[in-house]
Amino acid sequence: MSRPNTYRSGPDERGHFGIYGGRFVAETLMPLILDVEKAYREARADPAFEGEMRQQLKQYVGRPNPLYHAERLTELLGGAKIYFKREELNHTGAHKINNCVGQILLARRMGKTRIIAETGAGQHGVATATVCALYNMPCVIYMGETDIARQAPNVFRMKLLGAEVRAVTSGAKTLKDAMNEALRDWVTNVADTFYIIGTAAGPHPYPAMVRDFQSVIGKEVRAQMQELEGRLPDSLVACVGGGSNAIGLFHDFLDEPTVGMVAVEAAGRGIEKGPLDHAASINGGRPGVLHGNRTYLLQDEDGQILEGHSISAGLDYPGVGPEHSWLHDVGRVEYSAATDQEALDAFQLCARTEGIIPALESAHGLAEVIKRAPTLPKDHLMVLCLSGRGDKDIFSVAQHLGVSL
Amino acid sequence: MSADLIADRTVDPIADGRIARRFAALKAEGRAGLIAFVTAGDPDATTCQALLDGLPGAGADLIELGVPFTDPMADGPAIQASSLRALAGGMTVRKTLELVRTFRAKDSDTPIILMGYFNPIDSYGVDRFLADGKEAGVDGLIIVDLPPEEDDELCIPALKAGVSFVRLTTPTTDDRRLPAVLTNTSGFIYYVSIAGITGTASAANTAIDAAVERLKRHTALPVAVGFGIRTPEQAADVARVADAAVVGSAIVTRLADGLDEGGKARPGAVEDVLGFVRTLAEGVRGARA
Repeated sequence: MSRPNTYRSGPDERGHFGIYGGRFVAETLMPLILDVEKAYREARADPAFEGEMRQQLKQYVGRPNPLYHAERLTELLGGAKIYFKREELNHTGAHKINNCVGQILLARRMGKTRIIAETGAGQHGVATATVCALYNMPCVIYMGETDIARQAPNVFRMKLLGAEVRAVTSGAKTLKDAMNEALRDWVTNVADTFYIIGTAAGPHPYPAMVRDFQSVIGKEVRAQMQELEGRLPDSLVACVGGGSNAIGLFHDFLDEPTVGMVAVEAAGRGIEKGPLDHAASINGGRPGVLHGNRTYLLQDEDGQILEGHSISAGLDYPGVGPEHSWLHDVGRVEYSAATDQEALDAFQLCARTEGIIPALESAHGLAEVIKRAPTLPKDHLMVLCLSGRGDKDIFSVAQHLGVSL
Repeated sequence: MSADLIADRTVDPIADGRIARRFAALKAEGRAGLIAFVTAGDPDATTCQALLDGLPGAGADLIELGVPFTDPMADGPAIQASSLRALAGGMTVRKTLELVRTFRAKDSDTPIILMGYFNPIDSYGVDRFLADGKEAGVDGLIIVDLPPEEDDELCIPALKAGVSFVRLTTPTTDDRRLPAVLTNTSGFIYYVSIAGITGTASAANTAIDAAVERLKRHTALPVAVGFGIRTPEQAADVARVADAAVVGSAIVTRLADGLDEGGKARPGAVEDVLGFVRTLAEGVRGARA
């Protein structure tokens, strides 16, 4: 494949990143999808929309969050100089809120009066319920029955925020089924409902829109690194499930040839064990069509979708955003993977050396930093997107460590 | 096939196929048709084959055979459950085509339209699927997650291979969009009578009448109406205005009711479903009497 002139021009007008992306949805939704696309295009051209978004990100979310030099970790690993982009310090404790602020402003602009969303670990559900409380919009969150049992604190949080949490009992009762159920709701309530998708996937324009709302991460890193070190970073590391924090960090740097990028998938119990034991769509899957887009998927030889596994409920999705599939194929971003055990080790190391309890999702990115940093020179500037805090994970981590709380 | 033929939305590009012949025959009889939906391999290949083979005798004029998928996003609980039963029973795309081939050996007239989602077909390979499908006796395709915006994926190749691509129109398909939806459609137009998923709400008769009338102004193709038709009476109401009534979830539910705790068909289950189809067919046939 020849190298494109720019990695930042996608998607095309039909929502394609190379062969990936598109609009694979039922006809009932198609007119609405086209409306969302048009409204988003107009919103981006409207300084008032940009202004309100900037205001909320500053006053409500607490941006910009710091680019923090992880000094003890740097010293311990003895190689690259490690920085954390502290998305976990955002209101609600993860990067998810950046996108929710953007999408709810768009929903209001479109005159929609009801919000729906899917959630796996509950982070996107909490962020959506939060902006719905802020803007006084009724909100229904779809969550797999299995995930509801695993993530009780986030379920209660959503309810406190006034959202209705609907248990999804179809299929495997996890994130992909929650997304199916949200799409079924949307198709039934097209007139008044806006679907806030939580990751950079789904039918066009969602992958581009979510990326744009999350790209504030990379833009801040560029400015902050310039201020701290007077130059660009050398490498960027982020975990990838659907991939919204990763594309948010990477996008501003895609055309900087000196900046390396690594996205870390969830290898679960090991990719070599087969697709039921991991959630690494790019490393262990193949392209297919699900949830409105063509992308790498975990599927069997007959095109049936498989239920991935990861210790992290936020990475436990059998697909990945279509722009990541393209960035993989063209070779701009390296896609590696970390196992459950590597993530658990990184989780504990981060807590002890930096006093930060990271989300298990982010711990996958950190596991890659731990592998890579020692092999690099001390003047190599490496940025990890610390996409979320780990309070929500302490129960499952305790369980894995054999501790009863 | 010439490009202008594909682009003309008033002409069926596959005018000589089983679907066109069947609708012409129905027109000659002065009645609407019944389109019966069953899921391939529900609950197992043997039971499904018996059901499929019995449908024409029970009065089904056309058959929609669902290709099971793990994530049927436009379907309600009844068809979701039936898809999962079929997959648990080992159904695949290849075995679905096998069901059609066996059916076709005994019935060379009743059209079979495969209905489902794109990924299993994409995974099988579009060209291979069309060649094998055509050879097995498949007449048309209804693929829920392929709107006109994605016509290059399967619709155009299908038309070129002589397999009809039946498009869904819905209450949200406005006049601006309708011409694009009707372009490249073939066989018939499937009007989804509610904004929603299969097997849930039913539309008001007046709304269906108006919608069918509107479609008829834009196309010469037959118009079938589906989603939410559960009883012989509802089927009859639709058959008064439309060219065909589609019944899916109600048939699939009837089959589910005939399964034992282990998911196997009880003796008489297939006959019971066929008996139900017969009542639907009587409703449709008596509609304009």
